[in-house]
Amino acid sequence: MQDVQRKIREEAKNLLAAGRVDLIIGFEEASLPLRASPVFIHNEDDLDMLVWNSFCENNLATYLTKVVGRKVAVVAKGCDSRSIVALIVEGQIKREEIIVIGIPCRGMVDRRKIEKEVEGEILEAGEKNGEVLVKGDDFEGVFKKEDYLYPSCRTCKYRNPVISDILIGEKIKENTEVDEYAEVKEYEKKSIDERREYFGREMGKCIRCYACRQACPMCYCEECFVDSSHPKWIEKGLDSSDLTIWHIMRAYHQAGRCVDCGSCERACPMEINLRFLTKKINKEVKDYFNFETGLDIKVAPALATFSPDDRQDFIDSGEEPAGESQGKTKL
Amino acid sequence: MKKISKKGMNEFIQSLMADYIILAPASTDGIFSFKPVSNFEQIDLSYQNSKKPPKEVFFPQSETMFNYKNGKVESTEKVKQKKILLGIRPCDARANILLDKVFAGPDHKDVYYTNKRENTIIIGLGCSKSLSTCFCTSFGGGPFSKEGLDILLMDIGDKYLAQVITDKGREVLNHKFREATREEVRLAEKIKSEAEKRISSRVEIEGIKEKLDRMFEDLFWNKLSQECIGCGTCSYLCPTCHCFDIADEAVNSEGKRVRNWDSCMFPLFTLHTSGHNPRPTGKERMRQRVMHKFNYFVENYKEPACVGCGRCIINCPVNMDIRKVLKEILEV
Repeated sequence: MQDVQRKIREEAKNLLAAGRVDLIIGFEEASLPLRASPVFIHNEDDLDMLVWNSFCENNLATYLTKVVGRKVAVVAKGCDSRSIVALIVEGQIKREEIIVIGIPCRGMVDRRKIEKEVEGEILEAGEKNGEVLVKGDDFEGVFKKEDYLYPSCRTCKYRNPVISDILIGEKIKENTEVDEYAEVKEYEKKSIDERREYFGREMGKCIRCYACRQACPMCYCEECFVDSSHPKWIEKGLDSSDLTIWHIMRAYHQAGRCVDCGSCERACPMEINLRFLTKKINKEVKDYFNFETGLDIKVAPALATFSPDDRQDFIDSGEEPAGESQGKTKL
Repeated sequence: MKKISKKGMNEFIQSLMADYIILAPASTDGIFSFKPVSNFEQIDLSYQNSKKPPKEVFFPQSETMFNYKNGKVESTEKVKQKKILLGIRPCDARANILLDKVFAGPDHKDVYYTNKRENTIIIGLGCSKSLSTCFCTSFGGGPFSKEGLDILLMDIGDKYLAQVITDKGREVLNHKFREATREEVRLAEKIKSEAEKRISSRVEIEGIKEKLDRMFEDLFWNKLSQECIGCGTCSYLCPTCHCFDIADEAVNSEGKRVRNWDSCMFPLFTLHTSGHNPRPTGKERMRQRVMHKFNYFVENYKEPACVGCGRCIINCPVNMDIRKVLKEILEV
């Protein structure tokens, strides 16, 4: 980790010194333990602020659509790099304007999971040899990092950046064993009533702060449908019908676009399980179009292309449903 | 000073349920908020603090002001429902005093707010569970501050000491409360002074207002707003933020007028009908949030709109820390 951090600073220094970029987006030390904070570095004097550790949980690609036109270098984990690819494919950023400082990532630590394990407030945190060490007023704790990763990190299959101009550290072995849709499959097994109950319970926690939307690199709409007043698609209160529409539309709009970085869920102050919806839709897109977003800048998004070979069985022919595939269209 | 055993507290609260709606800290999947409870078991007074501040009791996130149908208007704010807000922390009680200045000031009284406020008795709970992000003492508060409370409870182990602060508070006390002994009062004093010492985080606010007076056009705001992602977490979880938006939810001539929380961090907040937005980017929005709290509010009400509860620090998705911001302002 220290080594990676040192190299990030070195590379960033070279980029700024050579005038290749005028902005580095990375992480700095946070004011709270178990956290790191996104930082914008404009000059060489500030390079020592850059850090790298297992708490760099934000997807920095989310800033790229806000600094269009500038020459930017961005620190990117596997998931961040996929978002960058997706943004290039969707024409939101230009490949030549972005320098990707790619970092193979073994996953980020789920701070809430660790916080729940201890009695009292964690005042200091660090890591060493794959372990997270925490300290409070009258306790200490050691946690195996592997067991305390964010849910999206636990099932991540793209730990190595899919694009990078500068790769820091050795590539690591991808995690091919894990079933990334295990949780979705469990959800699919539930009855409609059980699913509705779970959905309602999770979404009922929402306070509509839109942290999920703001943290997401793919939520770059100039005007989000919830903010439109002409026409007004949705009311602004906490009525369950409005919360339902917000969350379903948010997930639908991610169809074939979500890289499952988990940023939405990490940003949510109410700790809502937001990924179960987007993950479900990722699975549908994978099943129907054998497509995963953010892997190749030359491949157009599944929902922006048409091929005569695409599955058509979701189109209502007016006939009685038959065959297995019908089941898949049901939520 | 009165006292009541913890078991007695259970019975006391249970007995109040006949005449009052009790709003108390209760958890849903580990997230605390102030909810109406129907029995004492649902209450968890060992909580640290609520995620959503108790301001929602007087100023709900979404509130119907009135219904209308074919030109006839029916207010939904007729019933005076007596409530007890139990177990709130002194920082949040202080925040209510700041909200009073806005919603219940001498010039403007908001009927929806004052109706709920006047009909609610607030029983606070002294805070010996402060976090490293707490800085209430920087804003004139304290973990055992009485401001904004009708009764202050102090947990001394097997019982609570109760300090009656207002007549409203005295009314609800019953025979279950006894006079506390001198030892018990001394113990409470000790717990209080230890709690005050625990608040180690401090911010300097002296001179902030005057500094901000001269900073509207400063480049500081460009820098400050860069990493902010523009969500409403800080405003919605702030016990003093009080901006709202009024909307009609209607079909033809039938509907309701609703008041919802709004956040200055949202692009829609100042969007004009013409399409012009005087706060088009994060820079103007971040400046507004800081200015409102530490300059405009001071200008209008003689004190800043922050009580140092630390919610914005803990919950910010990108770890923006208001303590750091205030420090940087003084350094500009």
